Amino acid sequence: MSVDVSKVASTNGTTPATAKGGNTAGAIATWADERLGLGTAMKKNIRKVFPDHWSFMLGEIALWSFVVVLLTGVFLTLWFDPSMTEIQYDGSYDPLRGVHMSSAMASTLDISFDVRGGLLMRQMHHWGAMIFIASMMIHMLRVYLTGAFRKPRELNWIIGCLLLLLGTIEGFTGYSLPDDLLSGTGVRAADGFMKASPVVGSYMSFFLFGGEFPGDSIIPRFYAMHILLIPGLLLALVAAHMLLLVYHKHTQWPGPGRTEQNVVGYPMLPVYAAKAGGFFFIVFGTIAMMGGLFSINAVWKYGPYDPSKVTAGSQPDWYMGWPDGLLRIIPAWETHIWGVNFSWNVILPILVMPPLMLMILMALPFIESWITGDKREHHLLQRPRNAPTRTAIMVALMTFYGLSWAAGGNDIIAIKMHLSINQITYFLRGAVFIGPVIAFIITRRWCISLQRHDEGKLLHGYESGVLVRSPEGGYAEKHLPLPEGKAYTLTARDDDPRPETAEEIEASGVTGRHLRLRKLRARLARVFFSDNVQKPTAEELHEAQHHAEHELHELESQIAAGPNRHGPAEH
Amino acid sequence: MTDAHNNDAHGGELAVAEPIADPGLPEHQWRPTDVDPAKEKRAERQVAALFGLSAVSTVLFLVAYFTLDIGDDWHVVGGFGASTMALGFTLGLALMLIGVGIIHWARKLMADHEMVELRHPARSPDEDREVAVQALTDGVAESGIGRRPLIRNSLLGAVGLLGLPAVVLLRDLGPLPGNKLYHTIWGKGLEDKPMRIVRDGIWTPILASDLEIGDLVNCQPDALHNPERYDIDPTEVEGVNLQVHKSKASLILLRMNPGDIIPGKDAKGDSRENWTVDGIVAYSKICTHVGCPISLNERTTHHLLCPCHQSTFDLADSGKVVFGPAGRPLPQLPITVDDEGYLVAQSDFDEPVGPTFWERDYYER
Repeated sequence: MSVDVSKVASTNGTTPATAKGGNTAGAIATWADERLGLGTAMKKNIRKVFPDHWSFMLGEIALWSFVVVLLTGVFLTLWFDPSMTEIQYDGSYDPLRGVHMSSAMASTLDISFDVRGGLLMRQMHHWGAMIFIASMMIHMLRVYLTGAFRKPRELNWIIGCLLLLLGTIEGFTGYSLPDDLLSGTGVRAADGFMKASPVVGSYMSFFLFGGEFPGDSIIPRFYAMHILLIPGLLLALVAAHMLLLVYHKHTQWPGPGRTEQNVVGYPMLPVYAAKAGGFFFIVFGTIAMMGGLFSINAVWKYGPYDPSKVTAGSQPDWYMGWPDGLLRIIPAWETHIWGVNFSWNVILPILVMPPLMLMILMALPFIESWITGDKREHHLLQRPRNAPTRTAIMVALMTFYGLSWAAGGNDIIAIKMHLSINQITYFLRGAVFIGPVIAFIITRRWCISLQRHDEGKLLHGYESGVLVRSPEGGYAEKHLPLPEGKAYTLTARDDDPRPETAEEIEASGVTGRHLRLRKLRARLARVFFSDNVQKPTAEELHEAQHHAEHELHELESQIAAGPNRHGPAEH
Repeated sequence: MTDAHNNDAHGGELAVAEPIADPGLPEHQWRPTDVDPAKEKRAERQVAALFGLSAVSTVLFLVAYFTLDIGDDWHVVGGFGASTMALGFTLGLALMLIGVGIIHWARKLMADHEMVELRHPARSPDEDREVAVQALTDGVAESGIGRRPLIRNSLLGAVGLLGLPAVVLLRDLGPLPGNKLYHTIWGKGLEDKPMRIVRDGIWTPILASDLEIGDLVNCQPDALHNPERYDIDPTEVEGVNLQVHKSKASLILLRMNPGDIIPGKDAKGDSRENWTVDGIVAYSKICTHVGCPISLNERTTHHLLCPCHQSTFDLADSGKVVFGPAGRPLPQLPITVDDEGYLVAQSDFDEPVGPTFWERDYYER
């Protein structure tokens, strides 16, 4: 597709972009194409169209911060010694000189105090990792709340969930490597988690730690996982995530000229490549600034790991905070029966809840399409308000997450806000159940209200802010019709499907289990869509506009006639 | 189509005409930089200036690298370290300016026409499917795997068995737990030299009279510092072994008013009355929830709080859990005094210390 660039900046050059025969670049391109067939591959993709919206940048932050973490991580491996051999520290950091510690801890201190730029790279690595995980989460919320996970993108949603899981494990194995007191306390807790596993718990612990906790194997083993196994998986999944993105083409917001059948936006070369490439530098630069200016994981303040010591306010990195919070508010439940133990106080918050949350996340697209019966392809995004139940489900999950996370800081909250830690804990025990329900109801009704507001704008116009006083003394606000493009965008959405009625299902002749399932599905669909506002029909819109025009005329004649005239009063 | 059924079931909502017709893509608007050569020139200079500033920042990075010392200067500039701060700031600036420059270039000077590309369904066309299925069927048929169950089954068996080496090879990751989780080094005291309780870190033995009511002391077994006294091989308490012993043997001594103590029962059901010395009680420091060392003492209530998950134990009442997620009381160590008056352990703990594990109750002393 060619575009009119007649007026575009002449500084972009006027010579044709395609290589002429005879020059060196052309010769190299020909040589490569004859061996790789690049021409065919590039023909389709070099001007591939990407739609533009700020929220599409969130996944990019995740991608670029991952690249930064890979780069800084390689730098750190050049000095880090993943060994638990005990040595006496004799580096530059005075307060710990002479202290016995593992080589891992000592080399971390060396990177921080004896390698120029080492502390910068360590802090960039840590900040980058946090931004990686945070941006994955926010990207996931964007994808879910706009309905971008729907067919044909369900598998990419699952890949995204796995990336989040792997990123979290990568973070845990990474921050445990310095073998400092804080991270060692986390590893100690992880040992407790494993031991709580039914049947094989103590065996798992002995196998992972190479014997009794803490042993001298855990750091080298975490290191192998952290720099080889998990990054390899992450890279493979990121590649698959990107390939599917290219194959499906990016979703877009509805609007004039933007339909389910097309994709409207800027071409990969030059605009999108420039924007995405430029954004890489901005993410990289932001992380470098943070690494230079904001201290993070100052392991020298904690000192080396010692299983007999702990600091008050010990907490994992933030993304591990929510299971840690559940671990804090779970009641003291243990079952001792037939000579064996079920440590529910560890099994439920750690071994059950995180995998369960992940499974719920992965299942969301399938649950929704089963309930709604929607098996069509979707490339236009939905505003969160136009899928009230879906939005409410995510907000309920977010509320559960947030309350669990808050529980992970119950000691800090108690100290900073002068509250009783016991009361916070009792409150949160109830709140993690009640909070999501309240959040669900509020969100759903809120979405429906917003839908009604949209409907009002379509039918009666937008509020102009002009108040008009009638000759009788009453006040009215002047509503003006929406511009065509905006009005179209508001109506560019599917009506919700009408769920099957019980009679229809009976009449279809299915029996037994299938009948019950279909009835359940129809009932869920009715709940899912109940009270949603459908877009007005052409007739309704026409009639309302007619009515609004009439009202507008009346108001305007009142303005012309009465005391509403703007400007200096005429005498 | 596979979803024909669905469309039927949910009525023909797709057929309803849109209330407002698609007005189509809005007309492209030229930007000031497209039509005004002066603005265009200015944008060009802005972009170049951003790149130029980035280069300056990179040079400053190099200057900072070679001039600013690291090591002892970590505390300067508000604790950031002059070198780290300067390197991070200049590198960050150099990178950001390139990013901002490129994006400015894209927004002001590159063509900003939106393009339209048509989508295609993710599914492959029917004819492609047919050809693919046919190819697959042909290939499978030609291999004869369906007609030769002997080959198929023996192959499946052989490949399946290869999973075993993969599992077995991991066997040497660690030893089996054995009875290691049931014992600590407290039990290694000798008949005439019972295991002394010493202060953690300074390794001095403790006289009962050294402690005031309300005093809490973090303790370790004397053997960790003084193995020969108990006929223990010194390598047994070095390096990793020391860490392992500490992770189980760490102890807390607390002296309280003897009248406050409610003696509990031991594993055999006998009273723990004579497990204390003049109101001094000894408990495992390792939390029974997930194993953090417990350290926060509430002096007035003799409650001990774990800083990790806030389990709270009452040391006057057999280490009972009074709050939080821990499921079991803290194990108590029976103590007494030796002939020199120092506090010693009567024996090992009478139950495993630390987090609960599946087979914990199989324990028998």
